[in-house]
Amino acid sequence: MNEFIVKRKDVEDVSIVYLKGYLDAHTAPEFENALQDLVDEDRVRIIVNLSELSYISSAGLGVFMGFIEDIRSKKGDIKMAEPNEKVFRVFDLLGFPVLYEIFKEEAEAIEKYRTS
Amino acid sequence: MNKATRNYFLKIPGQTDNLEIIRDFVAGVAQRVGFDLEESNKIELAVDEACTNVIEHAYQHDESKDIDIAIKIDYNKFTVVVTDRGRSFKLEEVELPDMNSYLAELRVGGLGIYLMKTLMDEVDYKSKPGGKNEVTMVKYFLKKRHAKVK
Repeated sequence: MNEFIVKRKDVEDVSIVYLKGYLDAHTAPEFENALQDLVDEDRVRIIVNLSELSYISSAGLGVFMGFIEDIRSKKGDIKMAEPNEKVFRVFDLLGFPVLYEIFKEEAEAIEKYRTS
Repeated sequence: MNKATRNYFLKIPGQTDNLEIIRDFVAGVAQRVGFDLEESNKIELAVDEACTNVIEHAYQHDESKDIDIAIKIDYNKFTVVVTDRGRSFKLEEVELPDMNSYLAELRVGGLGIYLMKTLMDEVDYKSKPGGKNEVTMVKYFLKKRHAKVK
C-alpha cells in the first residue's frame, strides 16, 4: 500500500506541510490533525507542499475548505505549492485557484508571505 | 483495441483503506480498454467519490458491509455500477453547488456528487427493492472524436 506521510517544517513564522502519497477519505484525518496542530500553536502562515502528493479526492479538498475561514480570520493563509498536473487538475476543476494561491515553487510562496 | 462487451467485478468491504484498491482496479481497467491517463484519472476519482459516499453515508462506517463495483465495457462506452446495501438517498434532492458561491462562502463538503457529475458523461442513482442502491456512471469512448467533428 502507498503510505501517506505528513511532514512539517517551520521557517521562521511560516510553516510548510509536506504531503506524500494519496489524500483521500482514509488519509484526510491525518492532514486535518496536522493543520489543527498548527492552528493550536497559532502558526497560521501555512504552505502546503504538494510535490509528492499523487492523488486527491473531495475528502482531501474538504480539509482545505474546513480550515481556510478560521485561518484567514486569524490573519493567516493556506497557500499551496508544487502540485503535480493530476492534482492541479482537480483543484482547477473546482475553481480552487480563485480561493487559494497556488505556486509552482515553494520558495515563491515563502516570498509571498515575506512581502505581505 | 477490441472493445467487445466485457465485464469486470470487484466485491470489497466498505472501508476507507480499501479506496486505494478500488481506484487501482478501476484505473487499471480504464487504461486497459484504451482511455488515456487523463480520462482514467477522471473515472478513478468519480468512482472513489461514489464509494466514499457509500462508506460515509450509506454504511455510516459499518465496515462489515461490502461494496460491489461492476464495470461493463460495450463497444462505445465504459459503465461502472457501484452497489451498496445501506441507507438510500434521493439524488434529485441533492443540491449541486454553484462552485462560485460555494468557494465564496467557504462551504465545506458536498463536493463528491458534483465531481462525479462533472467527471463522467452520465450519472444515475437508483434505490432498488430489497435494499440495494446503485450508482451508475458512464464514460463514452468516442466523445473526443465527436467533439472534433462539431
